[in-house]
Amino acid sequence: MRFPNIARHWPAIIALLMLLLHLAPAHAGKTLDQIRQRAQLVCGVSTGVIGFSSADSQGRWNGLDVDICRAIAAAVLNDPNKVKYVPLNAQQRFTALQSGEVDLLSRNTTWTLTRDASLGLQFTAITYYDGQGFLVPKKLKITSAKQLKNAEICVQSGTTTEKNLSDWFKAQGIKIKPVVFEKFEASIKAFFSGRCQAYTTDASALAFIRSKEAPQPDDYVVLPELISKEPLGPVVRRGDDEWFAIVKWVIFALVEAEEYGITQANLEQMKAGTDPAIQRLLGSAEDTGKLLGLERDWAARAVKAVGNYGEIFQRNVGSASPLKLPRGVNALWNKGGLMYAPPVR
Amino acid sequence: MRSTQLVLQALLAAGLLAALWWLLDVTAANMAERGIRSGFDFLREPAGFAIGESLLPFDSGDSTLMALAAGLANTLRVALPAILISTLLGTLIGLGRLSTNLLLRGLCAAYVETLRNVPLLLQLLAWYFVVTDLLPLASEALQLTPHVFLSKSGLALPWPGGDSGLFDLPLRGEMGIVGGAALTPEFLALLLGLSLYTAAYVAETVRAGIQAVPRGQSDAALALGLTRVQLFRHVLLPQALRSIIPPLTNQHLSLTKNASLAVAIGYPDLVSVANTTLNQTGRATECIALIMAVYLILSLLTAWLSAWLERRSGRWAERS
Repeated sequence: MRFPNIARHWPAIIALLMLLLHLAPAHAGKTLDQIRQRAQLVCGVSTGVIGFSSADSQGRWNGLDVDICRAIAAAVLNDPNKVKYVPLNAQQRFTALQSGEVDLLSRNTTWTLTRDASLGLQFTAITYYDGQGFLVPKKLKITSAKQLKNAEICVQSGTTTEKNLSDWFKAQGIKIKPVVFEKFEASIKAFFSGRCQAYTTDASALAFIRSKEAPQPDDYVVLPELISKEPLGPVVRRGDDEWFAIVKWVIFALVEAEEYGITQANLEQMKAGTDPAIQRLLGSAEDTGKLLGLERDWAARAVKAVGNYGEIFQRNVGSASPLKLPRGVNALWNKGGLMYAPPVR
Repeated sequence: MRSTQLVLQALLAAGLLAALWWLLDVTAANMAERGIRSGFDFLREPAGFAIGESLLPFDSGDSTLMALAAGLANTLRVALPAILISTLLGTLIGLGRLSTNLLLRGLCAAYVETLRNVPLLLQLLAWYFVVTDLLPLASEALQLTPHVFLSKSGLALPWPGGDSGLFDLPLRGEMGIVGGAALTPEFLALLLGLSLYTAAYVAETVRAGIQAVPRGQSDAALALGLTRVQLFRHVLLPQALRSIIPPLTNQHLSLTKNASLAVAIGYPDLVSVANTTLNQTGRATECIALIMAVYLILSLLTAWLSAWLERRSGRWAERS
């Protein structure tokens, strides 16, 4: 414990050194070749966000972000289990992707201009539309975030959350004091011990925190306001358009599969059906795979591995999960939501 | 012989510089090739995030450089008092370990062994959660004296300045205590944790320094009829200081660097603010380089101060 500050930064420093010393230039198609060569997709995930990416007691990773990795591994390598998961904290994540430590960052990461335009990275598609909200103790008798004047608000560092918090309250002309913790656990513990009058993070996490972490869930309430847009989705390195297209289109295929009613269970029947659009998507009529550098049944493999987008949602964060989040804006575009995939044709 | 050595050293220095230049060059080239923006221009942009407590007045509209300065001020705000407290407390405990009183000696030894052998991060978390668990909610703050409140939000004190009158007075508001200056639980826990932990090391340094003075010196002084206080002041301390100051400086350096554990308990120190900046801007190389440069400068300053103190204590020893 003589130099803890350095010890704590080792992962970041190592990732940084890898970036510094990585001499080989990137060229198109390199990522896909590498993945095929090592027969493994390396996926950057979170260090533990229930519903999105977390490891269970046997060390198996699951969640919505993890299923995206599995779908891509199925499309590319024909095996959803050929994925190596690299847990990354908020500070490490972009450096790990930049340095080539991971092929793909599927880690509840918000798509913003700064990240898209200045980090040498590219966001592929949106897999979850989130927004930032507040959790408060019921006993404060607050019904709106606008009543949080002079409140102390617990928040975890290393996210877009801190900036949104400051922006929104500044626009409202309200002063607040953020109390910023590095670790999720410490921030939660501090809030439930009463250190702060409110806790803020993405709404998808608030529901879980209230139901699983609160000593008495009924003593806490989620405020109605969402103060930001948090479109989450996988990120890839710039300079490899082929790999960028593959990640993007696997996600689109999962959304389109839901639109056509193709599920993990009825996949084989659907393959043998007569609808030309479905035939094209599943590769039984046209070969869309060769345009992406994949085999013709790439989309069918992805759906077979993890189900369509709706199934992924329900299993990890929706009604079949402990989070029980409503589909809301994450429903398909023709069901009142925002999930819209360009056509696979 | 001397000239060969000089040439060798010059070659080594040139080699090191070349390696450093090569590293920087490769970094810049790689980052440019990957379309990663680099440079320190982000320091002038508005920070865009708030800092919970700050010695310097800071608003989210101020520049990132100001945010980092506020973080550095917060680091010093906790490190300097902690250095003072740990040195005083450590000296007392170190002397206690040399006491002829068995109980006192035992207690001081127990203190040193316990505090030294539990990781500092655990101690900080323990202090922090004890402090926040024990204190009442901000809305039910304890009033110690008029305008002094104690709660989970910290110790609120009147502070010179403010909009009305001579003092900014803390008052009860809807969300808890409003106004005045607050010593937050994060600050208090960090100050307490760092001081107590470092005091254990200081105690050992002081004890060792005093024991390093040859036994004959005490015997001679006592034989000459000096009292124990005179013996300590004129014989032991001047000689012990010479061997105490260099390792003591190391402890002070460690303490300043250990203050970066603040981020675990929510205190906005330099590392915490730089972490947030790193995330908002994505400039990992630049932010890590800045943190390293600041700690390097702090360490060099402390070392320089220590060398100066050493020279002074040398003179003092000659005078006494």
